[in-house]
Amino acid sequence: MIPAKFDYARASSVEEAVRLLSSEEDSKALAGGHSLLPLMRLRIAAPTLLVDIGRIKGLSGVRDKGDAVGIGALTRHADVASDATVGREAPLLAKVASQIGDPQVRHRGTFGGSIAHGDPASDLPAACLALGASFVAVGPEGERVIPADDFFQGFLTTSLEANEVLTEILVPKAAGARWSFQKFNRRAQDWAIVGCAVVQNGLTRIGLVNMEAAPVRAKGAEEALADGASAGEAAGHASDGLEPPSDLNASSEFRRHLASVLVRRGLEEAGKS
Amino acid sequence: MELSLTVNGKARTDDVEPRLLLVHYLRDVARLTGTNIGCDTSSCGACTVHMDGEAVKSCTVLAVQADGHEITTIEGLASDGTMHPMQEAFRQNHALQCGYCTPGMVMAATSFLKENPHPTEAEVREGLEGNLCRCTGYHNIVKAILAAAQS
Repeated sequence: MIPAKFDYARASSVEEAVRLLSSEEDSKALAGGHSLLPLMRLRIAAPTLLVDIGRIKGLSGVRDKGDAVGIGALTRHADVASDATVGREAPLLAKVASQIGDPQVRHRGTFGGSIAHGDPASDLPAACLALGASFVAVGPEGERVIPADDFFQGFLTTSLEANEVLTEILVPKAAGARWSFQKFNRRAQDWAIVGCAVVQNGLTRIGLVNMEAAPVRAKGAEEALADGASAGEAAGHASDGLEPPSDLNASSEFRRHLASVLVRRGLEEAGKS
Repeated sequence: MELSLTVNGKARTDDVEPRLLLVHYLRDVARLTGTNIGCDTSSCGACTVHMDGEAVKSCTVLAVQADGHEITTIEGLASDGTMHPMQEAFRQNHALQCGYCTPGMVMAATSFLKENPHPTEAEVREGLEGNLCRCTGYHNIVKAILAAAQS
């Protein structure tokens, strides 16, 4: 299918991108295009102006920022997966990035694009929730840092304003943390039917894939663990307070079951790491 | 808008609509119809081409995103009438049935071997995650890629 007509502008700086995004109501930033273009082809999304931020210099690559790893929003999944700093300081992210989509998708899709899209079925948002990451956004008023916990609001809805550009993902260093990533899907390259990212660094944080309209944490299981529950007991609370979606792949009830199994496996694997 | 890029080693400049997908540009404007359109949903990999040497799904790239980049399609793999070793390995191992997925498979496989020149069979199967064969002829495709890695 062919996307609906749109105007196209190429930004050479973040400031220019913000200006262009502000110039039209129905504008949208384009990076790798691997979340946006499929939606536009299906005409689920039909922005009237695409602002191509894919060529802005300095938005790609991984930087050591002392107590955090800074990942440029335009860094492609393949580069996150193979980056030495990410592998050392946030190995969970390298693992998650290496399993997104397929090799072609990982060559084009960007970290920032996946986060800004806010798809509950994507793996990176859940990993960012588990890692306690935060996101740097630049808008007309300047720069702000949004914690992952405040970022994902609803289905494909984030707290990013329409004229803000996500520029960097800040991931607290957690070289010694125990972690696990579990993903259940039925076919190669598919989105997870349910997935979970577990990070244990003193406290345990668990991010869930596809268990709500937005990426969420398994707060019920996290609280049970904090109260001294075993992995098995805590996993039984993985979907407490959540309304997992029902679709062609799985009923809401099956997703609850999957979440309890995957969270238990995640906690067990993290315990061994 | 004006689009300048290199396709199979030749520089081209064309006036295109921003919404034109790279795969439609290659097939309908550059008249290189070796690249197939399969699913149109970024799943099947039939439209795989190389962008600056890496496999991408050309149905999920706007032509204007390829401005200034180097694209290689299946037509650009052979040199001086001699098939690329991957094409030859596909021929030798009968790694095709209907042939529809073949251009995309070959492009994905050449990009994969660049990143992992000595893969195991399991790695080859993983590496083909983004390409579907509707004849389910995967076995000989995997054999061909392993043979190409040897040669």
